[in-house]
This record gives sequence, C-alpha cells and structure tokens, in this order.
Amino acid sequence: MRKFNTKFFRRALCVAVNLLPLTFSAVHAAERASGDPNATSLRLSPAQYKQTIADVFGTNIVIDGRFEPEVRERGLLALGARWANVSDIGIERYDDLARGISAQVVGPNNRGTLISCKPKSETAADDACARMLISKYGRLLYRRALNENEIATRVKLANDAATTTGDFYAGFAAVLSDMLISPNFLFRYRTVEADPAKPGAKRLDGYSKATALSYFLWNSTPDDQLIKAAENGELQTVDGLQRQVDRMVGSPSMESGIRAFFADMLHFSDFETIAKDTTYFPRYSTKINDLAQEQTLKTIVDHVLANKDYRDLITTRDTYLTRSLAALYGVPITDTADNGEPDRFIKHRYPEGDPRVGILSHVSFLALNSHSARTSPTLRGKALRENLMCQVVPAPPGNVDFTAVEDTASETLKTGRDRLLAHSSNPVCAGCHKITDPIGLALETFDAAGGYRTTENGAKINTSGVHNNVNFQGAADLLPLIRNDRALTSCVARKIYAFGTGKMPPRGSAEWDAIEKKFGEDGYNVLRLMRQVALSDIFYAVPPAEVDTATRN
Amino acid sequence: MKISILARRQVLRGMMAGSALSVGLPILDCILNESGDAFAATGKPLPERFATWFWGCGLGEGNWVPKAAGADYELPAQLAPLKPFQKRMLLFSGSHIMLDGANNNTHTTGAMGITQGEPNKQFKGSIDTIIGDHIGRGTRFRSIEVGCNGDPGATWSVREGQGRQPAEISPIKLYARIFGPGYADPNAAEFTPDPQVMVRRSVLSGVKEERDALNSKLGAADRAKLDNYFTSLRSLEQNLEVQLQKPDPLESCSKPNPMEGVDKGALSLASEAMARAGIFAQLLAHALACGQTRVVNLALTQGISPLRQEGDSTNHHAYTHEEPIDPVLGYQVKAAIFQKQYMQALHDFVQTMDSIKEGDKSMLDRMLVFAFTDHGAPRLHSVRNYPLMFFGTANGRLKTGMHVPRMGDTTVRIGFTAQQAMGVPTSAWGAGSNRVTTPISEILV
Repeated sequence: MRKFNTKFFRRALCVAVNLLPLTFSAVHAAERASGDPNATSLRLSPAQYKQTIADVFGTNIVIDGRFEPEVRERGLLALGARWANVSDIGIERYDDLARGISAQVVGPNNRGTLISCKPKSETAADDACARMLISKYGRLLYRRALNENEIATRVKLANDAATTTGDFYAGFAAVLSDMLISPNFLFRYRTVEADPAKPGAKRLDGYSKATALSYFLWNSTPDDQLIKAAENGELQTVDGLQRQVDRMVGSPSMESGIRAFFADMLHFSDFETIAKDTTYFPRYSTKINDLAQEQTLKTIVDHVLANKDYRDLITTRDTYLTRSLAALYGVPITDTADNGEPDRFIKHRYPEGDPRVGILSHVSFLALNSHSARTSPTLRGKALRENLMCQVVPAPPGNVDFTAVEDTASETLKTGRDRLLAHSSNPVCAGCHKITDPIGLALETFDAAGGYRTTENGAKINTSGVHNNVNFQGAADLLPLIRNDRALTSCVARKIYAFGTGKMPPRGSAEWDAIEKKFGEDGYNVLRLMRQVALSDIFYAVPPAEVDTATRN
Repeated sequence: MKISILARRQVLRGMMAGSALSVGLPILDCILNESGDAFAATGKPLPERFATWFWGCGLGEGNWVPKAAGADYELPAQLAPLKPFQKRMLLFSGSHIMLDGANNNTHTTGAMGITQGEPNKQFKGSIDTIIGDHIGRGTRFRSIEVGCNGDPGATWSVREGQGRQPAEISPIKLYARIFGPGYADPNAAEFTPDPQVMVRRSVLSGVKEERDALNSKLGAADRAKLDNYFTSLRSLEQNLEVQLQKPDPLESCSKPNPMEGVDKGALSLASEAMARAGIFAQLLAHALACGQTRVVNLALTQGISPLRQEGDSTNHHAYTHEEPIDPVLGYQVKAAIFQKQYMQALHDFVQTMDSIKEGDKSMLDRMLVFAFTDHGAPRLHSVRNYPLMFFGTANGRLKTGMHVPRMGDTTVRIGFTAQQAMGVPTSAWGAGSNRVTTPISEILV
C-alpha cells in the first residue's frame, strides 16, 4: 500500500469510479430559470411546437431550425416548462422558425390549401382577406378567438407590410411570423373566470381547459371541435367534458401524447449529447440514437393502445427491431427491404430464456445511462429509481474523498462489481449506493452500447444481488420484482398528471388517491388512467394565486 | 448613404473548417485621432470587448501555485502553454467562494459564485451580461456563447429570469447566424437598409401591444415571467434596429470564408473538442472585430468534463477522482494531460484575439479575457484556491504580468475588479461573505 499525503483527507473514504452520474442531478437541479413557484404558464416543448404547426398548417410545412433548450425539473421537462422562459438566443431561434414557417404557408406550394381567400390584388393590401386569415389562424394558434382589437391591430400591420413590400402574401406572412413568437402562442396559460355555480369562486375558463386537455392527450393544440366546445360552454359541463375526452382518447392523435410523455419520463432528450466511441462499439452509429428511441416508443405505444398492464413493459418479450438495431443486439432478423431503403421496424418477440426482457433491456435505457465507453451501474440504477420509480437518490457529498481508489488501475479489479466494491463495503457509501448499484449490477451483462456480454476483461460478470430483501440471480429475476414494486405504478401515475399540468399531484388529495386506486383496479391501463386524469377536478384546479385576478377580467 | 472607403490592403482570410489563421488589417493610423484611442472622423472610442473562457475540473491540489508573488514569478508546469503571454496576463490564486453554509453542488456552486457573485442563488445575472450591458449596447448580439463538446448546457451566461443562455454548439450554425443574411459589412462602400428587416421590426409592435391584455389576465408570478419574455423581445428588436443602421467602419473586420455542411454534434474526445474550440475562437474573433457583439463566452465543456483521450474509456472527470496523486511528481498524471490540452486551447484563444491588429495595439490589448474554472481542486470538489486568469489590459486599465495571490479572499472580488476595469459603474457585488465593495486595487492602473 503506497503512502499518501493524508493532510486533506477525511476519515470517510469512498470509491469514485462511477460517481460521475450522481453528480448529474446536482448540476441539473440548478438548471431551472429563476422564477416564482406560483407561475403556471408552460412553455411549449419543441415536440408540442412541431405537432401544433403540423396540426394547424399540415405536414407539408418543414420545420428546420433550433429551439431553446428545455428545462428538466425533478426528472420531467413537463415540470420544467413552468420555469422555462425565452432567452435572447431563444427569441432569435423562435423568430427564425417563425419566418421559415410563414414563408412556407404563403409560398406557392401551400398557398392553394392554406390561404383560403384571394386578395383583390396580389401586390397590395386586402383588408377582408387579411382579416379572415388572421382570425382563422389566430384562433388556432392562440387557442382562443382573437378579440376585435387584436384583429384590427394585426390587420393594419399586415396592410402596412403588404404596402411596403408590394406583396399581399408577404404582408400576411410577416404578421403570422409575429404571432408565432407571441407569448400567446409559445406559452400555455391557465386563465380564470367567475364560477356561476359557486358565487365568489373562480374556475378555469373554457379555452384554458381545452388547451390543457389537448396538450395532455395529443401533445398539440386544440382542434376546431375542441375550441368550439370551449366557446359554447360544453367543456364546463360534466357530460360535455366527457364527450370531448372520449373523442380524444379514441383518436389516433393519442399516440402523440403517449409518445411525448414517455420520451420525457425516460429522458430521451439526453440523446442529444450522447457520443459513443465507435472504437469500442463499431455497431453504434449516430442513427442508432434515433432508432433506439423509436424502438422503445413503438413498443410502449403498442402496449398502451392494446390496453395492456403498464407493469408488463418491464417484463415483456415483445418489441420492434430494425436491421441495425438487431446487429447491435446480436439478434438475427430478416428484413426484405432493399439495400439503401431506410431501416424498417419489424415486430420481434424474444424467446423464453432470452436475457433481454422489457424496456430496461433496450438500447434506449442501457446506452443512455452509460458513459461513452463504459457502463455505469450506478447511473443505470439511479435512472430506474428516479425516472421510473420516483425515488430520490441523494447526491454524493461534495467533499467525498477517493484515496481508497488508488488501486483501480490494478489487474484485480476487472469488472464493474469489483470496481464498485467500496460502494457496498464502506458503510458511509453503502447507504446511498445500495439504492442504485444492485440494480445496475444486474444489468452489467449489457455493455455501454446495449450489446450483450457475459465477461468483462476476461472475468465472468456476476449479476446477483438483493432488491427489497429478495435475492436475485440476474436481470431475469430482478425485473419481475421491479414489475411488482408499488413504486413503479404510483410513479407513472404521478408523472402522467405532472405531464398534463406542469405540477405533481396535490398532496393529501382524496381525488388523487382515488385515481391511483382506480389505476390498479383497471389493471394498470395507462389509457384509462389518462382519461381519468383528464376528467378529474384537480386537473382543472384554479391556482391559488389566480384568485386575486378576479376584477381584472 | 454612401461613404468613401480608404484603399485597403489584401486581408488574409482563413476560415477553412478545421484550419486556422486569420489576420485582420490594422486600423490605419490616419483614421485614428492623435492619441490613437478613437476614430478621428467620429470621435467615437474604439470598441472594448470582454470574453469569458471556461474549462472544467480545475488544475489540482495546489501544486500549481507559484512561489513568488508579483511580477517575477515562475509559471507552473500545468500552465506552461501560456508562457508566451505571461507578461500580458494576471494569474490569481488562493481565493475561495464562501459558501455561508450553502450546499456545495458539485461542478456548479463554485462557478455560479464566480460568475454571479452568489453561489446557488437562482440565477442573478452573470458577469458577462453585466459588462455587456455596459459596453455592448447597440450591437446586433448582446453576447455570443459557445460550447465545445456539443452540450448546449455548457454555459455560465445567465440573465436574471431567463436562466442560462444556451451555448452555440455548431461552428457552422454560428457562422450562419453571425455572417449569414443579417450581416452588414462595416467597411462596405454602400449600405442600404433591408426592407424585409424594416417590415420585421415594424410588425413586432403587434406582439408588444399584447402585453397589457395578457398582464390583465395573469397572476403576479406569470406577469413576472412575461416581463422577462419582453426583455428578450427587446434584444430581438435591437438586433433588427442595428441591422437598419449603417455600421461604423471597422478596418480590422474581415468576413471569414463561408462554412457549410453539418457539424459532428456531441463529442467525447478531448482532441476534437480542442479543435472545435479553435474554430470557435476564430469565429468569435471575427465577430468581435466586425462589431457584431462586444461580449463572447466560450466553455470547453460543462464543469464535469466528460472528455477522453483516444482509446481510453475513462474521462477527465473520472480521472480527477480515481487517479492517485503521483508521489514523486505530486499531481495526477493523466488528469494533467487534459489540463495541458485545455491551457493550450486557452493560449490559442488568446493568440487569436491578439492576431487582430487595431492601430498600434491588438484587440487583445483592448479587451479583457477572463479565464475561470469550476473547482479549485476537483478531486475534492473544492471551492477554495481557485486558479483564474486575466488576459489583456481592458483598454489600458489593468496592469499585467503578475501573480496575484488572494489568500482567504473571496473569488467574487476578482470578478468585481474585472467589472470596474471594464468601466461598469458599480460599487458592490455579491452577497453574504462574498459581498465586496472594493476592487483589487494593485492591479488597476
């Protein structure tokens, strides 16, 4: 044992080898913008923005540009949306996006379908046509009818711009572009009105209800029918609300909502900063980043739309693979598409006894929660605990000392388990690391790119451990334990609510407890859960701070 | 409005993706005033600039601290690449970020303290925005932030209420942003305002008029958010207004060669990140020389440096924790390799700024480059004994060439001194034990 200068070392020692991931939460915890926790406005996510544009203007519109990065708060971008604002750089980017979209809307390819009126002259202002377009698109983009003042202001601007440029369409495009950077478009607000059923009390107005509902279920703007239901008061009635919710849950657009939620919960945005070393993983190209996400989302959407038990996502043998994913997984599949054609997703079922089980054996979980060239059991365990089970893993102490680690370069510590030995044997470290490491070590037979292996540096990988006082030999018997853990279902329910409202469910709420209970009684059916949440009172609760806006309406 | 241009010498342009050198023309003496610090025709002072330069994971346990204070000090081995600039830099040691009981969020708290004067307070407004608001009015971009390993979170530039300004990660996209359609050559013979820009600026009044109506419907917290949104909108407005005015001539300005294609995105190798840092340095120098901004911020990576050497699966941050200190050399050998690479990149950045000549000085002389890091000793996540540097004289207001030990002092005083050197009318910065009201006077002229 070498001698060391122990002047700076404290008594507590801890191995550092895979502590990198634990520091991430400390960094990202400080990420949110400053702001008042009472704020309720939610900035549109890039996915919501794109879906909205596609629903309003059609899928011919190409959105080519960058967005302001999102803010992740307690594991969800949907929670961070409450803190997210628009920076100098953000407004530049939104402005670029807006101009690109507007130019296409009035451009010759789309003008026929999107501009439904003809100006008297294409080279001059036209009041009536501008008015029609601004009212129509304003209503869809701002998710409410524009009032006369708003319309008149914008019509004048469009006319002035048309006169300056000598082009009616350029005039409208300029105004449309301006509306696309407006806070009325970029932010979802919860505005209130007097509640006629309870004198003196407030309720969410119809437009806010429609907005909350559509971005929850469809991850997009309310369609015309939903806005009408807001305008005619239907959404303020129990039957009316249920009619709309059932219409929406039964629509193909539900897939967008399901995808958006799970992409958020599983931290897929982290794929943007993944860089796997192809020296170690020659089958991991950058396109795997997209394919991996798509594999998991397809698997989940399939499962949810088939009304299956949510917990079975942890143990299901069914998934979808492409040729390149299959190569990474070491699975033989047959795809008859021609060479040069994009990879197709093909249904695949792993046979009994196969080590790959559930979404935790997907590349999207394994590679995302690893370093660029080696695995991290701690990171994987932490991801499962925090992302899927809503269990907080404490950050490591800032002054943790790693002198015990000086022998990591030795030939005796070959596997991840060996390197993390001090995590489990030192009581100071074990307190936190026993939360994460046993889970991560069970998955060590999957390398940092998601490929399967049984040895590391020539030593056999030991995947046994203990979870909730039950011994397991490897992932195949750990994952059923995870499946049956109450935390798994409670967590997804809470996060689904948070996805829709930007806040976690209220503590001590009898209505929320009933929703969670019903989730269990419904066989953990995610679609039914989303429906229940969309019909609940707490989903539309008036924020306390809004009560004082009474007289300003 | 036409202006007559002076005869120009040929400028060496060098913006081939990956390679490097660009030399701007000097500002010809005949267009300067007699003291050489202002344009003769307009009397306007030559522009000042400020840059921050961040590297992650510090320098180590303290064996980098020079023995001597003042002018005749020996530059430590880790900083050897900076030797050519030793006389034109200041090296600070010994200072701490005082926690006052606050949590030490690793790789975050210290750097937040250095850049915002307060550790852990939710984003107050960082030093570059404070200085930029003073020197940067009337430029197209309030500041430009870049990150060199593909992570837009590698940034410490913050505006209160807006959170961190995302870093630009793509040199090609940055080129398009600065030197693309909105760029007006300051030295062009003619300038015609773009009617499209005029239209864009005038329709912005539509959004602005929505403000009151929205405010009347929202609670206090959302109104505050809305205020911050309109602050950003103002910067867009300013950008457009600048594009509508004829820019002042800047003889040292040259437009880089076009950059096209697609950048690689996320990087994990140190060599790749350093190469990208070099390209960014060139772009930022051109942006400064051409008056597009006065403030630039470069971060090699976020605080937890994930960079690796080729063929090695352990990254820099992991080495700072795992690697034993060599008992003979007294430092972590593998971690030191990264530190040397970073210091070489810092040298290259400073040299790039220095290559732009303005009169008898260089752009570096007129600016202040503030180099900082997230931890004093990264192995212990220490927020004590920070290695920080200044390069340049802040337009003659700073003395240079010294090692400045600040034992026991708050690091915030260094940032405060930088603000005063850049002429910000400020009498205090920071909070709690980090609050300072006096600068480090021995380095101010």
